Amino acid sequence: MKIAGALLLLMLYGIGLAREAPSAADDPALENRVMKLTSDLRCLVCQNQSLADSHADLAIDLKNQVRSQMRAGKSDAEIRNYMVARYGDFVLYDPPFKASTLLLWAGPFALLVLGLFVLAVYLRRRRRLVETELTPSEHARAQALLHGESEKSQ
Amino acid sequence: MKRFLPLLIFLVLVLFLAVGLSLNPREVPSPLIGKAAPAFRLPLLQDPGRSFGTEDLKGKVWILNVWASWCTACLEEHPILVEFSKANVLPIYGLNYKDKHEDALKWLSEHGNPYAMSIEDGDGRVGIDYGVYGVPETYLIDGNGVIRYKRVGPVTPEILQNKILPMAKQFRG
Repeated sequence: MKIAGALLLLMLYGIGLAREAPSAADDPALENRVMKLTSDLRCLVCQNQSLADSHADLAIDLKNQVRSQMRAGKSDAEIRNYMVARYGDFVLYDPPFKASTLLLWAGPFALLVLGLFVLAVYLRRRRRLVETELTPSEHARAQALLHGESEKSQ
Repeated sequence: MKRFLPLLIFLVLVLFLAVGLSLNPREVPSPLIGKAAPAFRLPLLQDPGRSFGTEDLKGKVWILNVWASWCTACLEEHPILVEFSKANVLPIYGLNYKDKHEDALKWLSEHGNPYAMSIEDGDGRVGIDYGVYGVPETYLIDGNGVIRYKRVGPVTPEILQNKILPMAKQFRG
C-alpha cells in the first residue's frame, strides 16, 4: 500500500513536470518545418543527438532561433548557412562533399574496392591451386596411400 | 611476409584507434577563425545603463572570455585569468553568457574580476553569433577585429603563454 502510494506520488510528480510545448499549437505547419530542419542539425552540447531531439539549453535556443528566422521568411538553406557560419560543417548530419570531408565520403568506397581487390587475388590464387593436376604415377601413389598400403610394399 | 600480415593489420588498427581515441570530440574546429568577430553592443554587467561593443575595441588586440556563474569549468580557469590580468599585457573582456545579473556580480566579487569589462548576454544571442557551445570559451581578436584563436573549455597557463601571447604579439606588431 505504501509502495502504491509512493508510485502514485511519483506519477503525479511526472504529470506536474510535463509541460506542453507552447509554440506547437500556434502554427503546426511551421513547427513541422522546424522539426524537419532541426533533425538534420547536430546538437553541439550532446553531440550524438539532433537539435530536434535535444533538450539542452543551447539546443532550445537554437530551435527558437530557427523558428523565428522561419517566421521572418528565411529559407531552409539560409538557416542552414546561418548555422554552418557559426558552428561549421560539423552541425550538419549530412555534410557537403569537399576536400576536408573527402575521406568521410570516399573512405567506405575505397575500403570496398580494396576488399574486392583482395578477394579477387585470393580467388585467383585458389583457382591456380585446384588446377594443378596429378600425373598418372602420382595418381597411383595416392590411390595406394588411400587404401592403407605402405609405400614400401609396392 | 604472409606470417606478418595479421600483425600488420593489427598494428594499423591500433594506429587508427590510438589517433581516434586521442582526438577530443568536443573540440569542433571553429569556422570563425580568420573571420571578422561578429559585432555586438551589449549592456555592461556592472553598469547596465552603459553599453559596450566591438566598435570600441577597434585597433586593439584583446581576449574575449565567455563565462557564467553557473559554469563549473569557469571556476577552474578563473584564478588563471585573474593572475594573467595582473600582468596587464593583454586586456580580457568578459561575455557573461546566459547568467542571472545578481549571480554574475556575486561571482565576480567572490572570485575576483580579471575583466577590463564584462558585458551581459542574457539571452545568449551574441553567444550564438560566436558559435559558443561549451562555456568557458576564449577568443583572441586582433586590431582589425579578426578572430585569430579560439579555445573551448578552460584555458591553461600554457595556452596563455605559448599560444595566445605569441599570437597577440604577432598581430600587434
